Amino acid sequence: MASLTVPASRTGTPRVLKSRTAGKLLLLALFAAVLAPWAAGHWPGAAWPHDLTVSVTKPLTSASDWVIDHRDSHPLFLYFFGYISNAVVLAVRAVYLTLLAAGWPGVTVLGALVAWRVAGPRLAAGTAVAFLACGALGMWVPTMQTLALMVVAVLASVAVGALLGLAAGLSDRMDRALRPVLDTMQVLPAFAYLLPVVLVFGIGVPAAVLATVVYAAPPMARLTALGLRGADPEVLEAVESLGATRRQRLLTARIPLARAELLLGLNQTIMMALSMAVIASVIGAGGLGDRVYQALASVDVGQALAAGIPIVLLAIVLDRVTAAAGTADDSAARPKTIGWVYALAVTAAAALAARLLGRLDWPSGWTLDIAAPVDRAVDWMTNHLYSGVPVVGGTADWAGHFTTWVLDPVRGGLEWLPWWSVLLIVAALAWTIGTWRTALTAVLAMAAIGVLGVWQPALDTLSQVLAAVVVTLVLGFATGIAAARSDRVERALRPVLDVFQTMPQFVYLIPVVALFGVGRAPAVAAAVVYALPAVVRITAQGLRQVDPAALESARSLGATGRQQLWQIQLPLARRSLLLAVNQGVVLVLAVVIIGGLVGGGALGYNVVLGLAQGDLATGLVAGAAIVCLGLMLDRVTQPTGRRAKKGA
Amino acid sequence: MRRRTTTAVLGSLVLLTATGCGAADMTKQASPFANAGGTKSVTLSVQSWVGAQANVAVAQYLLQHELGYHVDTVQVDEVPAWDALSQGRVDAILEDWGHPDQEKRYVEDKKTIRRAGGLGVTGHIGWFVPAYLARQHPDITDWKNLDKYASLFRTAESGGKGQLMDGSPSYVTNDKALVKNLKLDYQVVFAGSEAAQITQIKQFAKEKKPFLTYWYAPQWLFEKVPMTEVKLPPYKEGCDADAAKVACAYPHTPLQKYLNAGFARSGGKAAAFLKKFRWTTEDQNEVSLMIADQKLSPQDAAKKWVDSHPSVWRKWLP
Repeated sequence: MASLTVPASRTGTPRVLKSRTAGKLLLLALFAAVLAPWAAGHWPGAAWPHDLTVSVTKPLTSASDWVIDHRDSHPLFLYFFGYISNAVVLAVRAVYLTLLAAGWPGVTVLGALVAWRVAGPRLAAGTAVAFLACGALGMWVPTMQTLALMVVAVLASVAVGALLGLAAGLSDRMDRALRPVLDTMQVLPAFAYLLPVVLVFGIGVPAAVLATVVYAAPPMARLTALGLRGADPEVLEAVESLGATRRQRLLTARIPLARAELLLGLNQTIMMALSMAVIASVIGAGGLGDRVYQALASVDVGQALAAGIPIVLLAIVLDRVTAAAGTADDSAARPKTIGWVYALAVTAAAALAARLLGRLDWPSGWTLDIAAPVDRAVDWMTNHLYSGVPVVGGTADWAGHFTTWVLDPVRGGLEWLPWWSVLLIVAALAWTIGTWRTALTAVLAMAAIGVLGVWQPALDTLSQVLAAVVVTLVLGFATGIAAARSDRVERALRPVLDVFQTMPQFVYLIPVVALFGVGRAPAVAAAVVYALPAVVRITAQGLRQVDPAALESARSLGATGRQQLWQIQLPLARRSLLLAVNQGVVLVLAVVIIGGLVGGGALGYNVVLGLAQGDLATGLVAGAAIVCLGLMLDRVTQPTGRRAKKGA
Repeated sequence: MRRRTTTAVLGSLVLLTATGCGAADMTKQASPFANAGGTKSVTLSVQSWVGAQANVAVAQYLLQHELGYHVDTVQVDEVPAWDALSQGRVDAILEDWGHPDQEKRYVEDKKTIRRAGGLGVTGHIGWFVPAYLARQHPDITDWKNLDKYASLFRTAESGGKGQLMDGSPSYVTNDKALVKNLKLDYQVVFAGSEAAQITQIKQFAKEKKPFLTYWYAPQWLFEKVPMTEVKLPPYKEGCDADAAKVACAYPHTPLQKYLNAGFARSGGKAAAFLKKFRWTTEDQNEVSLMIADQKLSPQDAAKKWVDSHPSVWRKWLP
């Protein structure tokens, strides 16, 4: 049904849309003509009026004091949070001790055999090499700590996500109720909820695992719901006609049919949990993230990289293995591989052999020192590129120019605009591409920032985000187009993108500062590095999926490569490009806090300050403001995608 | 379906209350990674600056090699570290720069944290300019003359004023109030982390550019980039009591050690050792420099220092 209505509406939209847009804007202009003079007369000045702010400092401070004073006596903590915390500690400890008992030979063998079983011999070899590399970098024990943390966090996220997804997939009301909750969970910067979690659970593993679950469960929930809803109605009807009960239908038809989505959900959850493992090190989670963070303290890029590489390797291995498990539907078609029982037996044999030989710990002599050469390379780079490069100028000069010519005018312009006109612009943008509902959400989100009393820093952050998004999109679209047009470029790019996407952001803080100095420019650079891979990937994929028939016919009409790109590929890939814009915004916003660590100031700095000083009010308000910014930017950039999703 | 769900929820609630008759005190939980090998274990908190790393590295080395403990370290910011210490997630803080609120809450009121004496090192925060700049303009080291040189310190971030660079958000700072109350033509720019600040200072120094920065002693960076302190109005007891009205220099703070109360009572030799741990600024700097500049791992740096200073640490052993 849906596929029939789409082309009909597509041909009809442009003119209708145009007149509608004009109508909306006219209505908004009328509205503004009445209200703006009144607002401007009542609260003169460009900044958000002080009368319209609400201070939440006092309630938040007293809430945090209450928690600290009652943590060891109130039943809520003794009988509820205490059990959760205990369960997490016990579970992580159990996994960790098991990994240690297996020793490095046991873990490596098990990893390789599991990879072999689900994804074939090539990935098995890759997995083994990855584990050995972790050991060779001198990071065996931290890797095992991170792995233990990950196993528990992923299991918990999958359980929570699957439950939520099941509810949303089976009931429309639950679906509507859950959607904003999941949205918030994903936009909320992780740093912002580290603080309340730490307050309740204290520094350490339980808090880290719970923060990870909050972050990693939403994709599982979304994809589970999507899978359940997308089940082929004919199959379901057939099952129903066989007289199956609701539960039988769910277990025998809907869940098996949603297998691909469920596995994709697992894959996404693992990736998000892993990226959180590093951020969680700020609250004492230990493991690899902690090593990266400690190396940062002594300004040691080499050491940070040595701890960052195992994270990248773990991420790539886990991604490839779970992705392979997701695509390999017909296990019968694959050649018979090793069975589970054999795999376990071989693992046990390896672990036992290691134990008998007394070789459970990674041998201390078998390590490779990469820190020194990396530090030399970074030193060379910063010595030669920082300034005084003939003709083009050094990176520090670029950063200065970027700040003066781009960041300052954008920020100045935003701050010059009267507050009510900012709301109007947001409303106009959101309404022209969306419905009055999305416009209302966007305006309310923006207004909430003012009410919370962080209007000024939020505009500062917004200016940085806008600049970073523009740079990301320009670079990302260009690279994406190149990758879509040439297989060789794409093959060469793939590992680079993998590394940039999974390398913990802490690792490149120092090189970024060494190249661009302290300030907003390095913050923008860090954001671009982080958001670029996703934009490149989505762009390239979108262009490649353009109907080959359309391209072929264009080619037969004698269109040049450039004409094909501009007139066929780009317009047809419009949805993907819009998605790339949206992802660019979301990811840039996610690094705002990292930007706070290199001089970005504004909201990002406030969140870090809140965490470092145990100041719940500053940290949470700034975090909430970032969420509002995210909500507003999302509504302004992606209303069409949202409406389409609703139908799915 | 609905009835079944309700029964299930009720059932699990009953089960929870039945099994959950004992209280789970989450303020007394150790790390899941502690005691993994079945050995006695101590958890030390490390703060983000290298001096704190040096303390911990040496303490860790001696605890492991002389007293046979397993030592875990956790990197935490200062205020969360106090919280962690009170809960027993970490056993000790070896270098505290003074947190009156936390001291009152945990040491005096709740009694979950105990003082463990001084570290032997005195800390001081101040404003610094590089020595090469102070040689060029000798009068720059008095705050009254700073406005005259504001244009030297201008950067893209400081918006036409001079730039005063501050560091990590976890540090104690009154700089915004100071600039305002002393009516200086300066803008405080927060580097956001010590790593960013050190990197920037090194870049400035490499090109002999002028800069003005919040910094603190003892710190190994002074050995690499010699810096001169700018005189601020003198510190008097209580002149920094009202954060908005501060117009005086920072105090000299004898750095303190703190232990978890339970650990102090029953921590055996480890607790006794940590109480006696006391060294000098020079000792700390020696280790810090090995870690941060010569890029030795903290363990290697600690080993080097321990091998060459047996007379100092023998006194700490219980």
